[in-house]
Amino acid sequence: MRNGPGRVRPPLGRVLLVAVPFAWLAAFFLFPFLIVLKLSLSETALAQPPFLPIVEWVEEAGDLYLAIRLRVQNYLTLLSDGLYLAAFTSSLRIAATATLLALLVAFPVALGMARCRAEIRPFLLLAVMLPFWTSFLIRVYAWMGILKDDGLFNALLLGLGLIAEPLVLLDTETAVLIGIVYSYLPFMILPIFANLEKHDPSLLEAAVDLGCRPWKAFWRITVPLARPGIWAGCFLVFIPAVGEFVVPDLLGGADTLMIGRTLWLEFFTNRDWPLASAVAILMLLVLVVPIVLFQRQQALERLR
Amino acid sequence: MRRGPGPFDLAALTLGFAFLYLPIVILVVFSFNASKLVTVWGGFSLRWYEAVLSNQQLLDSAWVSVRIAFVTATTALVLGTMAGLVLVRIQRFPGKALFTGMVFAPLVMPEVVTGLSLLLLFVSLDVPRGFWTVAIAHTTFATCYVAVVVQARLLTFDRSLEEAAMDLGAPPVRTFFLVTLPLIAPSLAGGWLLAFALSLDDLVIASFTTGPGATTLPMRIYSQARLGVTPEINAVCTILVALVTIVVLVISIVQKRRLVRERARPAR
Repeated sequence: MRNGPGRVRPPLGRVLLVAVPFAWLAAFFLFPFLIVLKLSLSETALAQPPFLPIVEWVEEAGDLYLAIRLRVQNYLTLLSDGLYLAAFTSSLRIAATATLLALLVAFPVALGMARCRAEIRPFLLLAVMLPFWTSFLIRVYAWMGILKDDGLFNALLLGLGLIAEPLVLLDTETAVLIGIVYSYLPFMILPIFANLEKHDPSLLEAAVDLGCRPWKAFWRITVPLARPGIWAGCFLVFIPAVGEFVVPDLLGGADTLMIGRTLWLEFFTNRDWPLASAVAILMLLVLVVPIVLFQRQQALERLR
Repeated sequence: MRRGPGPFDLAALTLGFAFLYLPIVILVVFSFNASKLVTVWGGFSLRWYEAVLSNQQLLDSAWVSVRIAFVTATTALVLGTMAGLVLVRIQRFPGKALFTGMVFAPLVMPEVVTGLSLLLLFVSLDVPRGFWTVAIAHTTFATCYVAVVVQARLLTFDRSLEEAAMDLGAPPVRTFFLVTLPLIAPSLAGGWLLAFALSLDDLVIASFTTGPGATTLPMRIYSQARLGVTPEINAVCTILVALVTIVVLVISIVQKRRLVRERARPAR
């Protein structure tokens, strides 16, 4: 290749710096989605692996054909069977509710952290990070012992005489909501805190000096300025929560439909790999809008 | 932000941290319970820890998990540092938007989707599944977390030291290893640990990509937890929580000391 005027060939080190992680992510993140797409259009079979190829050489009357069979039935099943649609809609509903609840819990905490003295803040930040470092699975499991019929929460309420009979909490949607809010809370607190910490206090002081009530100043100044942090937190909670498996499996009941669990069951229990792939593709289609919005929001943050 | 925390802020902090910590504290306390019941305190006992230490299956899978996490964290550190450098330092190259997308998308991608897609990749390549397929799968998402950590550090990086080294004739690669790397080392240590913790913790992706002989600790914990809460699992979880807490605290104290030392130095 000829190097035109003003166009310098990038040094080898730089090319490698880009090429190595690029190739890894393309091979192990992007390319596998194409295989999922391919498999979602294939047929189940009692074989190892349990599906038929979609492209085959076929010999017919001495002629060789390249036969491509795309099975759209997997998608038709998903769209016509009410159970799958219900799983999709209830996943979106549960994830949206959990995101809102997490925001309501996280915002006051983040605000309180940001209002503490600068020397204390790193310790508070560490205290929020620490549960995030300990196992996700363990944190969900911890709630099983609390929410069981004969668990601690019911024992507490019974002991206080607030209820006469234990509440059924485990294996309900309430338990799933608690589990998601709890597990993803650090993801909501951290971006909001990072944003609030940077606010200039003189803005609020100016508003109050001009006669604005503190509550109104909060709504007119703090909340609008915190919007990027709020959005980042909501995306970080909502998108993975839609496809969550561990929480609905351990804390939800048989009637708590969530699409991540549906995919798992289709794959591991029913061994219907093509249908599980179709579920994955539909999940990606549903999530592509929030994912793109999240990326754009991250890009804007980097420009600041 | 403002003058200081008011009563409302203190209440929010207290309740928020109580919510974050109470479940873990309860789990830890009941791992020392002599009684098998989860709500009845039967006195202090270490019997569940003895049970864990004599459970060979559990120990084997813990060893598998630690080895996978070590390979993952080390590979992801190299790849993630490269990716972080690319994001911050290389302004334009063909496919930059795609590259950025591939670094950030795995952070929010539902694990079942990532797990399934990687499994299908390994099946279609006819790779025998086990230790290495799990390590590759974990490396892929851990790389993205390391990249984000490194990127955040590089965004606030003072480049004048690098420029000084280059002005004095150091080639870029040498400058990187002699100047940049030592300066971002604490973030790299943090990134390595984060990758290690994420790998050690993962259930879903490992379940999809594993094979015979490579059952990880979370897979064992999960299959027992599905049957209900047992004090033995409480004990395993307590050991893990204790290890993570100690490591994170030590790291943050070391970093804090370093920061204090750097601040104590006369201004450059």
